[in-house]
Amino acid sequence: MFWTFLTSTIKFSTLFLYGSVGETITEKSGHLNLGIPGIMCLGAIGGCYGVRSYIDSLGSLSQMSGFAVVLVGMICAFLFAALGGMIFSFFTVTLRCNQNITGLTITTFGVALNSLMLSKIDKTGFYEAGRLFSKGIVDANTTDGLVKVLFSQSALVYIAIAIAIITAIVIKRTRVGLNLRAVGENPATADAAGISVGKYRYLATLIGSGIAGFGGLFFIMDYLTGNIEYGIDTYGWLAVALVIFTIWKPNWAILGSIIFAALYRAPSYLNIGFTEREVIKMLPYIVTVLVLIITSIFGRKSVQPPAALGTTYFREER
Amino acid sequence: MRSVTGKESKFDAFVDKLKKESPIHIAKRMDAPKWLPIVIRIAAVIVAFLVCAIVTVFFEPTAFGTFFTEMFRGTFGTERRVINLFWEAAILLLIALAVTPAFKMKFWNIGAEGQVLMGALMSATCIFYLGGKVSEGGLIVLCLLASVVGSAGWTLIPALFKAKWNTNETLFTLMLNYIATALISLVITVWVKSGSGVVGIMPYGHLPKLGGQDYVLNILIVAFVTVLVWVYLKFSKHGYELSVVGESINTAKYIGISVPKVIIRTMIFSGALCGVAGWLLVNGASYTISTTIAGGRGFTAILISWLAHFDPIIMAITSFLVAFMGRGAAQVSTIANIGGSFEDIATSIFFFIIIASEFFVNYKVKFSFSHSKKKVEGETTENTSEDDSSDAEMMSDTSQTTDSEAQTNEIFDESVPELQTCQSSEDRTCDVSTQNKEVTE
Repeated sequence: MFWTFLTSTIKFSTLFLYGSVGETITEKSGHLNLGIPGIMCLGAIGGCYGVRSYIDSLGSLSQMSGFAVVLVGMICAFLFAALGGMIFSFFTVTLRCNQNITGLTITTFGVALNSLMLSKIDKTGFYEAGRLFSKGIVDANTTDGLVKVLFSQSALVYIAIAIAIITAIVIKRTRVGLNLRAVGENPATADAAGISVGKYRYLATLIGSGIAGFGGLFFIMDYLTGNIEYGIDTYGWLAVALVIFTIWKPNWAILGSIIFAALYRAPSYLNIGFTEREVIKMLPYIVTVLVLIITSIFGRKSVQPPAALGTTYFREER
Repeated sequence: MRSVTGKESKFDAFVDKLKKESPIHIAKRMDAPKWLPIVIRIAAVIVAFLVCAIVTVFFEPTAFGTFFTEMFRGTFGTERRVINLFWEAAILLLIALAVTPAFKMKFWNIGAEGQVLMGALMSATCIFYLGGKVSEGGLIVLCLLASVVGSAGWTLIPALFKAKWNTNETLFTLMLNYIATALISLVITVWVKSGSGVVGIMPYGHLPKLGGQDYVLNILIVAFVTVLVWVYLKFSKHGYELSVVGESINTAKYIGISVPKVIIRTMIFSGALCGVAGWLLVNGASYTISTTIAGGRGFTAILISWLAHFDPIIMAITSFLVAFMGRGAAQVSTIANIGGSFEDIATSIFFFIIIASEFFVNYKVKFSFSHSKKKVEGETTENTSEDDSSDAEMMSDTSQTTDSEAQTNEIFDESVPELQTCQSSEDRTCDVSTQNKEVTE
């Protein structure tokens, strides 16, 4: 029972992990992308259409290869989601629009497009594709204990953890990461030091959005095994919350996402009433607010939001 | 200066390099004529409607011809629809008005959704526990008070932390939205024991129907609040103080405005208006409570307030257009059988285009193809004449960087006629020394 809970929690946490790692990269560049829920939806649309065209290109469903379907899904999800990031960057960097309103519009757009497009798509073969997505190294039904927790997970779960660790290293240890943080902390200084603020913001938002898009793909194809009836937007906002909860550190996001997922999954494993369930559902947001308050009261510089978060940079503005 | 020195200084070379990098130059509009922003915005609205029509064709090829007629039929077709349209515009306007003082103060409150929900929750609580026990008129007033107090209190939380510890208000208020949503589901589970999560229509606390029509009184209340907010922002001392805080916190401190006090006061005002919106939604429209009672209007209103540059009158027009777009697109979607959320797509496309148009209102874009020609001139002629210099300045007008440089030139030219004598490329130091000499003399 406990192992099953832990396994499903880690699986579910992947959704938050993709979203929050993507958003962390974006926010490190100074872009507060509130379009993340919409961008995750765009990733889901892209993934679904990618899988659809892959299935259509095959003669029969039995020819489907697990590697190919995951790869096609991921590429399409990345491209679609990055397109959302592209729109965001174009508006905020090139057109210097306000980030909050651009982000909120992208969320409205993405969520609406998600429910519209996915109600139109032909779902034949999605269950089989979903089975391939969620296939682990060992079978979850026959194993138990730590082996089940660690080795029955699907490819996208491992990829999420790998991306989180790589992102953490790149941001913390490399020149690119240093420049990225400089752009997010003080774009004017970064610009004076010869770092192209626009380029960094564009790339960070594109890559971040693409990664968040994997979250959408994961949710539809892997977690729900191809059942595309449910929306992602609520989880998207939790991913934004998670960025604050983990104080902008992608490696901590691995743990943070598991905590969030555990809070979300716990009610179905505990025998409790409706009211208690609602209290538990509220908890992730409350702890996020607490983290935000505590870091602002006692926080050192290293736990603060990037200083230029949410501001548009225009060189000639003083 | 470039012309008189004869040689190009390092600075000029740098400017030329900058100009070479990009043929597109973006500069802030400083002296745009008054009609220009209006023309740009009207054009943007027209473009937005056309794009939405084209997008409709993408979903339903036959829909283009009927798009505009259906838009109007969905919004102005019957008396009922007209009132619905105005009510939708009114509630959007009310929430947009509520967030405006905060935005003017540069307090990025994106928690309007949650604040409206809290107002609605407080009102529903009053109806649930007091309905039938007090007189109907008293109940409505009590609901209003509870909504205003509840919503203002809810808004006060991030305001206090912002004022005291500078906690990031964008993220804080964003999180509070979802806490408010969860709070409503929680209260509903307490009220509705069956677990269905649906509170039926409550029979008490309905606002009176003017002329037998729903929403008419609501629209009048919003009109009244609009005037109130306009006066508050434009003519009151509070309105002045909050715009000073928004422009520059240091200026506000210097002239003796207590910034925390202004933040807290403005946010209470903002929250109170959100409370009124919640009250209208419960007592004047849906007569029930659910997590979707605000229906994303809190977010839409933020966009409206921002795009109207916090001007209540433009806000009213924008709200009306958004409501028209939403209702009209819903009708188009029903007729063409596109799908449930098409109106959200249409509204967001509308917003995308309006947001983009703001760029053209605030900035001017110039394409300069002349700099390569100028470069050749600079290389071939050692000593360019005075006429050429003004020519070069005109060309360099295309970029903001050289704009400011040209201005510096003018200033130098006026104040220091001796400039002409400086022949070295390091003329800047030369200028200063001549100038100093002149001053001492």
